[in-house]
Amino acid sequence: MLAYIVRRLLYALPILIGVNLVTFALFFVVNTPDDMARMQLGVKRVTPEAIEKWKVERGYDKPLMFNSGANGLSTVTETIFFEKSARMFVGDFGRAEDGRDIAREIGNRMLPSLAIALPTFILGLFVTITFALTLAFFRATAFDFWGVVLCVAAMSISGLFYIIGGQYLISKVWRLVPISGFGDGLEAWRFLILPVLIGVVSGIGSSTRWYRTIFLEEVSKDYVRTARAKGLPETLVFFRHILRNALIPILTGVVVVIPMLFMGSLLTESFFGIPGLGSYTIDAINAQDFSVVRSMVFIGSVLYIVGLILTDISYTLVDPRIRFE
Amino acid sequence: MMGFQVVVLWSDILIWLLVAAGVGVGVLIAKTPPLLAAWRRVGANRVGMASATVLLAFILIGLLDSLHYRAQLESKPGQKAVYAIEVLSVLDALAAPLRSRNEKTYSAPFATRLYAKETIDLPGQGTVRDYPRLKHGGKHLGEREDEVAEDAAFTAFKAGVLAFIGWLGVFAAVATVNRKKSPKLKLREAAFAWDAVLLTLLLILVFAVPLFWLSGYYHVFGTDKVGQDVLYQILKSVRTGLIIGLVTTLVMLPMAVLLGIVAGYFRGWVDDLIQYIYTVLNSIPGVLLIAAAVLMMQVVIDTNPQWFSTAAERADLRLLALCFILGITSWTGLCRLLRGETLKLRELEYIQAAQAFGVSSWRIIVRHILPNLMHIVIIALVMDFSGLVLAEAVLSYVGIGVDPTMTSFGTMINNARMELGREPVVWWSLVAAFSAMFILVLAANLFADAVRDAFDPRAVA
Repeated sequence: MLAYIVRRLLYALPILIGVNLVTFALFFVVNTPDDMARMQLGVKRVTPEAIEKWKVERGYDKPLMFNSGANGLSTVTETIFFEKSARMFVGDFGRAEDGRDIAREIGNRMLPSLAIALPTFILGLFVTITFALTLAFFRATAFDFWGVVLCVAAMSISGLFYIIGGQYLISKVWRLVPISGFGDGLEAWRFLILPVLIGVVSGIGSSTRWYRTIFLEEVSKDYVRTARAKGLPETLVFFRHILRNALIPILTGVVVVIPMLFMGSLLTESFFGIPGLGSYTIDAINAQDFSVVRSMVFIGSVLYIVGLILTDISYTLVDPRIRFE
Repeated sequence: MMGFQVVVLWSDILIWLLVAAGVGVGVLIAKTPPLLAAWRRVGANRVGMASATVLLAFILIGLLDSLHYRAQLESKPGQKAVYAIEVLSVLDALAAPLRSRNEKTYSAPFATRLYAKETIDLPGQGTVRDYPRLKHGGKHLGEREDEVAEDAAFTAFKAGVLAFIGWLGVFAAVATVNRKKSPKLKLREAAFAWDAVLLTLLLILVFAVPLFWLSGYYHVFGTDKVGQDVLYQILKSVRTGLIIGLVTTLVMLPMAVLLGIVAGYFRGWVDDLIQYIYTVLNSIPGVLLIAAAVLMMQVVIDTNPQWFSTAAERADLRLLALCFILGITSWTGLCRLLRGETLKLRELEYIQAAQAFGVSSWRIIVRHILPNLMHIVIIALVMDFSGLVLAEAVLSYVGIGVDPTMTSFGTMINNARMELGREPVVWWSLVAAFSAMFILVLAANLFADAVRDAFDPRAVA
């Protein structure tokens, strides 16, 4: 098992290097640091000196990948690639445009993100699985039909609508919870309840439909027929046999998003003023703070790859037929 | 008659290319019996055909909006013709009253007065604070402002009756053709779901004709902050949504199909390389990759203003760049599916037989593998469309969507969402944009379901 995990981690390394190269190409090769300086400084203050100063301040004055002016090992290390991209592997993300350390900022903002994303994830999973199981139990009835119709309609509504509508109705018209903001400690729940609720509701449509198909696929299998032939009541067949077996594909399917929960949600956080990683990313995009966006791309990829590895491990845990090869 | 200069934007070329491709694929399908049978199943699906009718209506609006020109400006005879800087489309020409009759600022649907009070000078009476009359909305009523409801209802009724008469004509034509083709079958028993199509058409006509009739007298969906008619913005948004949904698939399709099949068929290092590429792209969170790429794209556009002669061209390039980026981030799923399926297919006996006969690899791929993957491709295409239309709204909100000057559902929502804080609430832009998007996406989802049911060999009806 341990050897398997180590091998998977080693396999992840080339992918991370690939991600790193892609982001490097996007941020430094498509546009030269000079273009970025011009963009950041604005049209008025662009002078060759100002651009040079901007580049020196941020360490963009070095060659891209190969420094022919230096000798020895520093031909590779005294470059933008090494200082800005390669050092992300050891968690050094440099500084944002406002001078703050990005790594520390990320550490501070992870918890608020998680405070929204984790309850949304767990509650959402519970609600959708329950709903899907009910639909599958009453399959081919009017209840099932209208349930699916509802799901398709819910899927077709923009996620923005749930947020804007929910915020308007619950916070502004009914004044049940604050419109936006975030509090410390236990006080935070008043701010969290609405975003979590909206997150759960907006995910119901597509997930329920997906899980319902998984349940229905399970219903038509042979072991279910055997269980019925033994004379088991339908409820027992559903809860003891079908639910358990269908949970395998459902749960292994969602494992991949668990690490991504740390990243938070872009939309929810910015609408509700949650000081998490999602709003950090949006602010960085709006302020065109490239070093922050670059760091978030890298962290997102790391978390995704961790998710993939966890998925593989969870497959082997739930299904003994899959070996660690 | 004013002259005009035809303007062909890149996105116009692509969208008409797509229409041509659609016709080409249609001809191909008609010649391939299994595909034809599958499309016949789609045609028999009532919900599928009803949603297809709605989609066609949207596509018609989008196509009308994809023929661009620049109008000639007034000039003295003998002078060289000068053309307006503003790029218009055929849709703009058809909806000229909607486009040009702007108010000062917000006004509610069917309002005759502005949303905000202003100081008005009354000759001889000094100044008063009141809601000023609209310049265009309800102008024909003159002093009879309180008769809006009756007037609108009567106009809508007139238009509705006309629409119904027009529909009866279509109905009679379809029924006659159907009678000639198969005399014994009633319309609702026909193999093609004509009843669903006609019913949807009736709904569309009875809704749309009064709407446009009324829009000649009122702002039926109100006006926005700068006084532009919201209905006009909705019409313009359709094209943006369609381009995002359709052109993106055009970008992604060749990549996904080619790489997927090649990886699955040749295996070995080719497979490893392709898998590596898509795992790398896949592991970058989609929104962030799009954000990074759009930010970089914007720097390129801003540093090279000399490339574009009009603002429309610049917005158009950004739209295409967005499609391209969305395509890059979304081809991996389909590619993986196709690779898996090709791996299965290449072990089948008829492929082995072809290999034993010495048929070249490319020929096997084109003749034997590709046709057997078509159902996956078609299902993936129609399933992706609705997701892309929804994604556009989110991306525009984040600030990495279409150019802010381009009308789209996303920019409409983005501009309107701040106005919910006003008192009284300015709700009409938001509701109109969300409703139009909902209808488009719902139709696309339902159509996608019908296509999937018809093409998926696993689905047993």
